[in-house]
Amino acid sequence: MAIIRRRGGSVSTTSISFPAMTLSYIALFAWTFVVLFPLYWLAVTALKTPLEVNAGPFYIPWRDFQPTLDSWHYIFFDLREDTFRPYTNTVVVGLTSTAITVLLGSMAAYGLVRMRYRVGYGAIASFVVALAIAVAVVVAGGPWPLGLVAGIGVFVLLLQTVARRWKRGVGNDDIAFWMISQRMLPPVATVIPIYIFFQQLQLLDTWAALIISYTAAHLPIVVWLMRDYFQSVPVELEESAAIDGASPYRIFRSIVLPLAVPGLVATFLFVLVFAWNEYLIALFLTSANAQTLPMTVAAQNATRGPQWWYMSVLILIMIGPVIAMAIALERYIARGLLVGAVKG
Amino acid sequence: MHASARAVSAAASWWRPMASRLDRVAGGVFILPAVVVILAFSIFPLLSSLYVSLSRLGFAQGGVELKFVGFDNYAKLLFGIDRPHFLGVTGPLTPIGIAVLLAIYGLFALLLYRYARGPNRTIGGLVGRVLATAIAGTLVWLIVNTVLTSGRPGTLVVTLVYVAVDVSVQYLLGLGLALLVVQHLPGRRFFRVVFLLPMMITPVGVAYLFRMIVDTSKGPLYPLWAHFGLTDISWVTNPWGARLAVMVGDVWQWTPFIFIVLLAAIETLPHELVEAAVVDGANRWQVFWRITFPQILPATITVVLIRIIEGFKIVDLPNVLTNGGPGTATESLTLHAYTIWRALDIGGSAAVAYMLLIVVTFVGISYVNLFRPRAATAA
Repeated sequence: MAIIRRRGGSVSTTSISFPAMTLSYIALFAWTFVVLFPLYWLAVTALKTPLEVNAGPFYIPWRDFQPTLDSWHYIFFDLREDTFRPYTNTVVVGLTSTAITVLLGSMAAYGLVRMRYRVGYGAIASFVVALAIAVAVVVAGGPWPLGLVAGIGVFVLLLQTVARRWKRGVGNDDIAFWMISQRMLPPVATVIPIYIFFQQLQLLDTWAALIISYTAAHLPIVVWLMRDYFQSVPVELEESAAIDGASPYRIFRSIVLPLAVPGLVATFLFVLVFAWNEYLIALFLTSANAQTLPMTVAAQNATRGPQWWYMSVLILIMIGPVIAMAIALERYIARGLLVGAVKG
Repeated sequence: MHASARAVSAAASWWRPMASRLDRVAGGVFILPAVVVILAFSIFPLLSSLYVSLSRLGFAQGGVELKFVGFDNYAKLLFGIDRPHFLGVTGPLTPIGIAVLLAIYGLFALLLYRYARGPNRTIGGLVGRVLATAIAGTLVWLIVNTVLTSGRPGTLVVTLVYVAVDVSVQYLLGLGLALLVVQHLPGRRFFRVVFLLPMMITPVGVAYLFRMIVDTSKGPLYPLWAHFGLTDISWVTNPWGARLAVMVGDVWQWTPFIFIVLLAAIETLPHELVEAAVVDGANRWQVFWRITFPQILPATITVVLIRIIEGFKIVDLPNVLTNGGPGTATESLTLHAYTIWRALDIGGSAAVAYMLLIVVTFVGISYVNLFRPRAATAA
């Protein structure tokens, strides 16, 4: 029952000696410097002119150089469309795909924790055979509705006859493992057929293509995190609601989800960061219209050599919202996200 | 566990047949959307990808053309013209290389021997282990022959080096930072928040950041390079310098992940054991090794596994930081697949992706088999 966790309930060796404390602080501040200095450098570079960047390192604004907002002006006004279009794309794709992923993932995770599933090997085998037949029909040149009908027909037929004879099957843990292990898939191994698929549907370079691909790519994380989270939520409330006659959907919506808010927030943030920063899938699936910010930032290199002053501005406006959210929600991350990982 | 589902169907309002029928299939409604999405956009593409990797594919007018070529694409990677790119070029073994090889093979032999003599061996387990050892041995041979000699490592070796170095350094740093922050020092909340930040930054941004930082003529470390007279050297034109820059960037970005997980793990440990040990006169070192470390071992194993799996997917950092260069020196497997894709060799690209999948799966399964039993006994 990790949901009720004491804040700051940490291992303390009572008092810390003065030298130990000094050393700890030195180490902590050293890493703080390592973390913050690159970000500081980003911020000052965004305030420099190209000349100042190229002339060598200037560290402190107003002392070493006169800060200017030229680059900001260029990004926001001269490039207006080229900045805001990818920004809108990133926001829309990031938020939509994350919302869908978290919803579908938590539903599946809840099902895996509270319901009992039993999928017979026969059913799986029937499905595979049916799918193979459907694909064969399409590959052989048949129209796709025919393939679909043939597939469904074969599936139902096999399910009702041969599949009945197999008693054994997979249960909840197997399904959960199957879902979570999808995270092991390198995206590059699936992106080529996805590219062809969206090309056939004329959906390349659209929000829909990215949203669907991101949902599939990030579902395993949500299932993994939320499954562990739901396992730590006491079941009694749900049971009493069920006795009072609430439907499973109602229980999920009005009891389970509100109780799981810390976990949901942490998961949402985690997935949003992944979607916000995603590079490879966007690289394959977008060209101009649906280009996301990582593409825009990366493209700065190709055109006229690294224009660090503009890039710094772009990176700053890109990471700004995510960092603000991370700082605001830090306590949720610590509490909600890690229930699962901590239990191992 | 399933009492609620059962109770629900029992208490369902059976005078409203529709609602009750919907309630009875609730299990399916909850899980099916996710299953469908994964089947359609992970499993199906994965299988299609396998087929693509066995064919030559061209973009024809209004569609694609597939021509089945068997294992040609794989043969090209392992034995053909793409071998130097994928596996690298081997050089003559040096004494150091031989020593390293012998040491690692000795360790493998010891592990196998201990399992074979152990109490809970099975034939299947033994065969699996021999096979795994053979594959791991081949990979080690490849790494030693391309890295510790005058040869040139290919993308497979480079990716393995990235993962090995990145994850170990991230783990050591993350653990150290977690142990520092867990002490009751004023300002620990500040450190927690700051240490988290790099994880949130887009890898593309991290790549540019480190490109600026490691620049020897206009980067912030210029005085340092100038002091050692290194201003003419560009990190990103020296193969190992470029790889180092990529690894430093990755360590900077992902140490926070290990840090927060281990911090949370340490914070949930009960105080009593540590306090009892301190009363009995244990020093910090003993407290860590005897009490803290065994208890966070399950979390450690999980978080390292996650980092290994994610680490294999590295692509943005080398692509932006160094463009995969000099030459192909910093290319990871994913980037390799992408460059081949851009050259319109779709089948070859899928083959590289599949090799990556095989390596990830192999490493992941071996890792779990190697460490899971230990986590179970320690927990």
